[in-house]
Amino acid sequence: MAVFDLALCTLILLAALAAVAGPGLFRAVVFFVVYGVLIALAWVRLGAPDVALAEAAIGAGLTGVLLLGAVGRLSRAGADEPLTSRIDWPVALAAGLVGAMLVWAVLSLAPGPGLAPAVAEILPQTGVENPVTAVLLNLRAWDTLLESVVLLAALIGLWPLARGGAWQAAAGPVHHALPDGVLAGFGRLLPPVALLVGVYLVWAGAYQPGGAFQGGTVLAAAGVLCVMAGLVRAPGMAAPLWRLALVAGPGLFLALGVAGMAFGGFLLFPTALAKGMILAIEMVLTLSIAVTLALMVLGPPEGGGAQ
Amino acid sequence: MTPLIALLALPLAGALMAVAVPHRGARIAGVVVVASAGALIMLVAQWGIPHAAPGGWGAPLGIMLEADGLALAFMAMVLAVMAGVCATAAPMRELPTPFWPLALLAWAALNAIFVSRDLFNLYVGLELLTLAAVALVATGGDKALAAALRYLIFALTGSILYLAGVVLVYSAHGVLDVSLLAATLPAPTDRVAMGLMTAGLLIKTALFPFHVWLPPAHAAAPAPASAMLSALVPKASFVILLRLWFEAMPDAADDRLLTALAVLGALAVGHGGIMALRQTRLKQIIAYSTVAQIGYLFLVFPLAGGDGAAQPWAAGAWTGAVFQALSHGLAKAAMFLCAGLWIIAVGSDRLEDLRGLARGLPMTAMAFALAAITLMGLPPSGGFTAKYLMMTTAFASGQVVWALVLAGGGLLAAAYLYRPMGALFAREIPAFTPVPRYLQAVPLVLALLAVGMGVLSDGLYAFLQLGRPGTAEEGL
Repeated sequence: MAVFDLALCTLILLAALAAVAGPGLFRAVVFFVVYGVLIALAWVRLGAPDVALAEAAIGAGLTGVLLLGAVGRLSRAGADEPLTSRIDWPVALAAGLVGAMLVWAVLSLAPGPGLAPAVAEILPQTGVENPVTAVLLNLRAWDTLLESVVLLAALIGLWPLARGGAWQAAAGPVHHALPDGVLAGFGRLLPPVALLVGVYLVWAGAYQPGGAFQGGTVLAAAGVLCVMAGLVRAPGMAAPLWRLALVAGPGLFLALGVAGMAFGGFLLFPTALAKGMILAIEMVLTLSIAVTLALMVLGPPEGGGAQ
Repeated sequence: MTPLIALLALPLAGALMAVAVPHRGARIAGVVVVASAGALIMLVAQWGIPHAAPGGWGAPLGIMLEADGLALAFMAMVLAVMAGVCATAAPMRELPTPFWPLALLAWAALNAIFVSRDLFNLYVGLELLTLAAVALVATGGDKALAAALRYLIFALTGSILYLAGVVLVYSAHGVLDVSLLAATLPAPTDRVAMGLMTAGLLIKTALFPFHVWLPPAHAAAPAPASAMLSALVPKASFVILLRLWFEAMPDAADDRLLTALAVLGALAVGHGGIMALRQTRLKQIIAYSTVAQIGYLFLVFPLAGGDGAAQPWAAGAWTGAVFQALSHGLAKAAMFLCAGLWIIAVGSDRLEDLRGLARGLPMTAMAFALAAITLMGLPPSGGFTAKYLMMTTAFASGQVVWALVLAGGGLLAAAYLYRPMGALFAREIPAFTPVPRYLQAVPLVLALLAVGMGVLSDGLYAFLQLGRPGTAEEGL
């Protein structure tokens, strides 16, 4: 496997170089996606399948789609001049310096086991069997609650960019697709499968890799596909139900966290109820994450009209 | 619910409600202000160091939250500024609706950062604060987009540097809790980790030369958002710097590095002041003044402790820096809110358009003048107490050069603030749209609080000593 690892490292470096150093925005984005997939593979090799799933879904998939969308908008606005392959020396120097420092630090580290053994020890009290889920939803639930709100903040940050200030209008541009075309076909075929996979990822997260963020990304992809295939209209923030879907996950998380005060502390899930509470939070959080991510990919309203 | 958890949960719950019921944003924010004030009064009245362990795990597996004197004082300052921001923003119809959830999210992030004892939790708080702050700049409309994007790129660079440092700390020590880290043995990678985290936080605090994103962003945002951005946002990363250097890893400090931080601070004082002198628009002047005022904060690194053992009375530099951060927050918020009201009154923030406005809106002119006294560091303001404490240390420990920076910065502030004051008090009677009196009173209250910090400095000084790290007295 050493050969595989060496090849993987080389490919990661080459993809990264091609993404930042080559001319052309589109090319850079494509190499960025390749880089994300390779990094996901690296996480698998490092024995961190949870991170690999998140990297593939969010790092490569979602970010790639967002960047491709940005390139598309730039070219429609006539602003996608081909980048020259000129190197920005001050930035390169700073990045090289930070890189060298990190390499030195990693080489001179003698990493201990960290907190993994301690987590394994108390795992039965957390209500879930997957240590990653235990850390995210129980031990460090305060982090995850704030993270779920970070996502919401990112979406709200798009609203001031809505055309004409109409942030409540339908998200993104109007999508047209041939009713019998490939896109519409996929739009009918994939969403049911994606729904199954998404819900499975959340459910499985209790005892094996998976969870709300990964499941939410798959559901968001299905939703975006439906909109882009012209099968459903993009949601708009004028509808109270969509706004509720955005805040339901973090809202339930916060509410159950405050309810935990009755059991002795903020975000305290008693062992007997922990599994049910965590699953409830994960399910609703998945919905909110899916809607938030889908709206982010669709982009700020561009005067599409329908709600 | 304990008051500490209430202070964290209230703005979060308010933000979620403001998304669900957007047209009630101002009212929801008002409820959060009143309820938070109640919780804060209960905490201050206890005169102790309340703490909480979400999930009941405690460090190292869980996250510890602790409201020491530093955290409570900053949360109180944030509450005062947010009350002022909400009062002036509520009647502003041109403010886009997303302003309210963003303002509440930024508030939630600030409180989360002030009480957190966990390096990674601090990162999450910074991320939330950064995204909310960038989006607040973007609420300024199309003209603010370029500034917002530039801010985003700088701030995310800061985030990644900080996160890289946190990863190194965890790899080397296996813990993330500030108090536990202080008890661990130093590792060879600590210097690199602290360097990365500090660099990231300097970018977010907008210390010279990483300040270039600040003036355009703060000047382009709507005035209530500018007040939050200038008064509150850079203070969060500064508090993390204090936690890192004075509490988590004081052993990683060395004299050259501490001096380098203070030199950058001194350059910020000079550069920010000179740039402020050259601006023609009020909001630009106030924004560059923030660059200068942030510079003073970094004098704490070589000054703290002074000559500790020999002259314990001269060890107030740490408290002085905190006074500076708090009083600048109140005064700067007052100034931006004044600017916002004057833009409503005359439709512009150009100095020539503000001529004689003191006659039309006397309360705001009074507020601006009081805030200016604090920024110049004249008695009896909070800014004076801050400079007095830092100067005492500087002279007692023979570091006179930093005292010169403090004095020179005060003179520069007097020079650049004289120009807007001169315009305001010009003998002309301008045409202007009247502004309701209660709105004019808002910045006046904030400016009075900044001055009051100096008048009642005894109580605040004693309060800040609750949970103050020993290194604040002994020096780094």
